[in-house]
Amino acid sequence: MKTQKETVSPKIRMTDVCKAFGNKKVLNHLNLDVYPGESLVVIGGSGTGKSVTIKCILGLLEPESGRVEIDGKNVLELSGKEREKVLSQFGMLFQNAALFDSLSVWENVAFSLIQNQHMNKAEARKIAIKKLAQVGLKSDVADVYPADLSGGMRKRVGLARAIATNPAVIFFDEPTTGLDPIMSDVINDLIKDTVKNLGATALTITHDMNSARKIADRIAMLYEGKIIWVGTVDELDKTTNPYVRQFVAGSAKGPIQMEVKVEK
Amino acid sequence: MQLDLSFVDKLGRVVLNFFRATGKLGIFCGQTVYHCVTPPFYLKAVLAQMIEIGFYSLPVVALTTLFSGMVIALQTYEAVSQFSAEGAVAMVVRVAVIRELAPVMAGLMVAGRIGAAMAAEIGTMRVTEQIDALSTLSTNPFKYLIAPRVLAGVVMLPILVLIGDVIGICGGYMIGVYKLDFNATTYLTNTWTYLKPMDIISSMTKAGVFGFIITLLGCYNGFQSQGGAQGVGRATTNAVVSSSILILIFNYILTEMLFNA
Ligand SMILES: Nc1ncnc2c1ncn2[C@@H]1O[C@H](COP(=O)(O)OP(=O)(O)OP(=O)(O)O)[C@@H](O)[C@H]1O
Ligand SMILES: [Mg+2]
Repeated sequence: MKTQKETVSPKIRMTDVCKAFGNKKVLNHLNLDVYPGESLVVIGGSGTGKSVTIKCILGLLEPESGRVEIDGKNVLELSGKEREKVLSQFGMLFQNAALFDSLSVWENVAFSLIQNQHMNKAEARKIAIKKLAQVGLKSDVADVYPADLSGGMRKRVGLARAIATNPAVIFFDEPTTGLDPIMSDVINDLIKDTVKNLGATALTITHDMNSARKIADRIAMLYEGKIIWVGTVDELDKTTNPYVRQFVAGSAKGPIQMEVKVEK
Repeated sequence: MQLDLSFVDKLGRVVLNFFRATGKLGIFCGQTVYHCVTPPFYLKAVLAQMIEIGFYSLPVVALTTLFSGMVIALQTYEAVSQFSAEGAVAMVVRVAVIRELAPVMAGLMVAGRIGAAMAAEIGTMRVTEQIDALSTLSTNPFKYLIAPRVLAGVVMLPILVLIGDVIGICGGYMIGVYKLDFNATTYLTNTWTYLKPMDIISSMTKAGVFGFIITLLGCYNGFQSQGGAQGVGRATTNAVVSSSILILIFNYILTEMLFNA
């Protein structure tokens, strides 16, 4: 990956991105590069702005300043049509799955196939069931509605929907939260395969260090609105950066202070 | 002496908020119209909404217009019974029902039924990120969610009101013939001969505009909602209240434009 950096231009480049809600600064001059075909994992404390970062790339949130470049083009300056075209190569798994509750599971997964690629229903359903199988769901959930699924199942349907069209860039917002360890590993393998076999670029957010180690080519750590560290998994184990070390060790003692008050 | 200027501050804020809200709604309205007339069109969604708005609203619209027609006939008879009541009742029922009562009643009923449902549905989709998910699946939420609803509203309300017109006239006829002992043929002739194209035109125009107002405000309030269940609740209330008020205001404006110009 190191050598790639100098020669290949990034698929996604965020430069000096700032995003605030009211007077609460969430992203503060954030810089992040994602290279084509790599699997980048973003780690960081709860509420540090990981989901917001992805939403800024996807154009769901508008940053106050900075650039978000995709294939070298600043998406914030593109017109509606061009922007839609750029975004059409993306797939996204939302943290809370965000399934359409008026559609059945298979219709959720096949949504883009039917609406945008105008595939006929039978064929789309076949693909949807195949994708559901890849995330460990049997074909009998295909006709169930999202409201009748467990949290982990919903997440996996969201995952199947995100990869249904074989997008070039996929964003996973906490793909393994709420899953049992075995299913987590299945999902990790799936993400790895998607990147390796389809040549997709993946940006994954996770708190799960096992998962991060398994799927990441590179890991980036977000803290106080900035990316404070980027490196490979090997580098992660050797780093002397106290923030990263504390996060990886999962220790309450260190430079990162959680704002909690313990009553004595 | 210190001059208390805090009321200027408050007034300024109210005025600014008003213009901000109207500006936002104006932009939303422009975007909606643009997406209603440019492809892709989601015809299936339009059809589903037409059934929801048109077919399922039929009972409430029929009931309200029926009783409106009946009560107008009674009141008119009461007021003009010393003159030749027969012609007057048929005329007043026709004018009141077709020009005013059917469109306004249907508009208010549909605002309560459909406007609220749209705001709640779209609001829930907003707060559960389903609208964001639509955009990431290369589907424009304006085209997929809003345009079909607005189109269906603009098409279905006139049809509903036309049916309401007929039912309202029937209500007047029932009171006239069965209660006030008018001659049935004379009553119908009196209604039919004096029926002007303008009666129907104004009825349909109003209905179309009300359909637009109801669906636009239902979608707008849902789309803007934030903050979970409470936000969705607020959006629903706002949708119904604002569209009801706008219906009454536009009813007046349209009457001025159509009959006084
Ligand atoms: N729409 C919004 N309006 C206001 N504040 C928001 C909004 N979205 C996010 N925030 C704020 O931005 C901050 C970062 O949120 P974000 O969802 O990105 O956290 P996160 O890093 O994904 O956390 P987690 O790991 O818990 O999912 C939070 O403090 C949150 O309160
Ligand atoms: Mg998050």
